[in-house]
Amino acid sequence: MSPDSTAGASSARSLKLIVIGTVAGLFSGLFGVGGGSVIVPLLVLWLAYGEREATATSLAAIVFIAGFAAAVQGLYGNVDVGYAALIGVPAIAGVLVGTWLQQRLHTRSIALLFAALLVASAVELVLR
Amino acid sequence: MAGLLGVGGGVLFVPGLVIFLGLGQHQAEATSLLAIVPVALVGTYRQDRYGHVERHDALMLGLLSLAGAAGGVALANVLSGSVLRDAFAALMVLIAAQLVYRTLSAGDDAAPAPKRPSTLPASDDPAPAPKRSSSGGRDALD
Repeated sequence: MSPDSTAGASSARSLKLIVIGTVAGLFSGLFGVGGGSVIVPLLVLWLAYGEREATATSLAAIVFIAGFAAAVQGLYGNVDVGYAALIGVPAIAGVLVGTWLQQRLHTRSIALLFAALLVASAVELVLR
Repeated sequence: MAGLLGVGGGVLFVPGLVIFLGLGQHQAEATSLLAIVPVALVGTYRQDRYGHVERHDALMLGLLSLAGAAGGVALANVLSGSVLRDAFAALMVLIAAQLVYRTLSAGDDAAPAPKRPSTLPASDDPAPAPKRSSSGGRDALD
């Protein structure tokens, strides 16, 4: 991709960010997820990010996105702070352990197992 | 686990809250969002130390998400719990498919950091410079 610092390229880039941000916000607000599944592929596809930078930048954006969405959900009275702490604290531990594990395990197998877990959970969720 | 795979939290939080703690779909989603904030913060801090975070873009994405996030929450609260739950289950399957696709097309990046002699970089090393996007109006360095 040839470098181009004209105003046209800048506004094209800004437009892409606006679209990604808005769609990610929509996903996050509608589904209660971070929005990374939207942000990462689009950063890679539209803004030529590397996978690692896309994931890291997405995580940073998610802090804001999930925060906004949580605040709006709070206005609806849907947020349970106690349960959030109950799942959040072990999840933080999981992030720290996970990063350590990533260097030592076959990420591919874990990822596939995780995908299987997602499908199993989806089935269980619908059967409730 | 979210850190292990780069999948945002929430995709397991929500069903966990519904299945194991008996929350309604709306409450589970809302509570999940709150829990995601500190988790993403910790993950971000780690990644930032390696220099992987494009701070300007991240900030822009966050600020630009406000309208979408408000709209998404409003929409969620208009839908019934069972419709939302079914939609969420469908999303989980899509994310699983996306994950499988990314994993199977990832090649050697998925191998563990070698303790064996090898020229492969450890997976947590800062990414090589050519892969970084710049923040100055260009999409890529090369």
